[in-house]
Amino acid sequence: MTFTDLLNTLGVPMALLGAVIAALLAGIGSAIGVGMAGEAAAGALTEDPSKFGKVLILQLLPGTQGIYGLLIAFLTLSNIGILGGSADISFAKGMLYFFACLPMGFVGLWSAKRQARASVASINLISRKPDQFGKSIILPAMVETYAVLALLVSLLAVANIGKLPV
Amino acid sequence: MPELYPYAAARIHARELSLLSRQNLEQLLAAKTYDECIHSLHGLGWTDGETAEEILAAETEKNWQLMGEILPDLSLFRIFRLPVDFNNAKAAVKSTVTNVKPEHVFLPGGTIPPEDLLKALMENDFSILPQWIREPLQQAQQVLLKTRDGQMCDVLLDKAALEAVLQEGGRSECALLGEYAELFVAAANLKIAQRAVTTGRPASFLPQALAECRTLSKKSLEEAAMDGMDGLEKYLSLTPYADAVPALKAGASAFDKWRDDRIMKLIQGEKANPFTLGPAAAYFLARQNEIAMVRIILSAKRNGLDVEAVQERLREMYV
Repeated sequence: MTFTDLLNTLGVPMALLGAVIAALLAGIGSAIGVGMAGEAAAGALTEDPSKFGKVLILQLLPGTQGIYGLLIAFLTLSNIGILGGSADISFAKGMLYFFACLPMGFVGLWSAKRQARASVASINLISRKPDQFGKSIILPAMVETYAVLALLVSLLAVANIGKLPV
Repeated sequence: MPELYPYAAARIHARELSLLSRQNLEQLLAAKTYDECIHSLHGLGWTDGETAEEILAAETEKNWQLMGEILPDLSLFRIFRLPVDFNNAKAAVKSTVTNVKPEHVFLPGGTIPPEDLLKALMENDFSILPQWIREPLQQAQQVLLKTRDGQMCDVLLDKAALEAVLQEGGRSECALLGEYAELFVAAANLKIAQRAVTTGRPASFLPQALAECRTLSKKSLEEAAMDGMDGLEKYLSLTPYADAVPALKAGASAFDKWRDDRIMKLIQGEKANPFTLGPAAAYFLARQNEIAMVRIILSAKRNGLDVEAVQERLREMYV
């Protein structure tokens, strides 16, 4: 077995590592975020249970990054043949998949945590001023923009790496 | 990074809607009689009790109860209970040294049961008490036994209380509590210096009574007080407490109002803080303030005092 052949056996593990990072980091961020927003939501609901619908939406906002991470991981697993088909990709392709997954993993982790803080602040806002729900939902939703941008980059890259002649 | 308390902060911010505003106080003040005032108070949700004492005691209890529900550990707010412990310590020392049965002298809400203070003093075994109160309590007892000077005993314990508050504030993870402790001690120092000036206390008094704090130099304050009110004014113009001078000159009541308003100003920022212990501490202080204001109004109504005189004494409110 040549060195190149040996290296190419690492193609699938590298791509898999990328998928794991996307799902793991974004999932951790969402778990932290939804948990923190949930604590604030419980505080608001203890005083006024009628706000359940409003605070639930705010609590769920930091949960989307975990879903995006899962989507990227799923697509990667599918493309590299782990979910069926031939699991035979070169080291270079494996590295490309690995790097393609990073934006979703890191931006997902960070944006979920920051979005959670914005959600908590918004839950506090509607606790004091219930008529400001519309504005309170826009503020944490702004953070979502950057998670979506990362999702797009990872998605476009993962979907098109297979077409590259490497 | 301080620990986050999103549950407590969200619950407190929802509760802030039910705090009394200045308008509510004016409404209470406008009542023609004491009974009408109590009726208005019931209308504002202060319904537990028929007399002023019952209502105010119930609201104080509710305030602590809420803190117990939202905080993982009530010792986080020990800073608010320390002055009660030292007040009870003064009463315990005096009652044991003079051999008078203590009745209605202990305040509720301390961290040490008054019975423990009495037991420690009577059995001369201070090991049952927390470390931070053993030495000052023992010292106060010795001073009272040797000199029979109740005032000196009070001075010792008051200073120990200020030092304990400052230490607790410095230890707290909540920045607001640290700033509150500093303001609490600085204001107490200013009041002590003002009293020393107006009552012509000897120069040896201030070093025994003043507590060292960050924003006021103990030595400079002592030297300033030697030159009377002018000296105090000159020194305070160099500190963050320059605006306290008119209140200090006007007397104790005006100074207490200045201190309470300054605390209210300090805690205002917590309304926009959704994470830390700060909103809970601010709410607690705001509730204590409104209970004190209602006490003033009810007392005025009961004694038929002039409305304008009461209005002058009303503090700034949190909402």
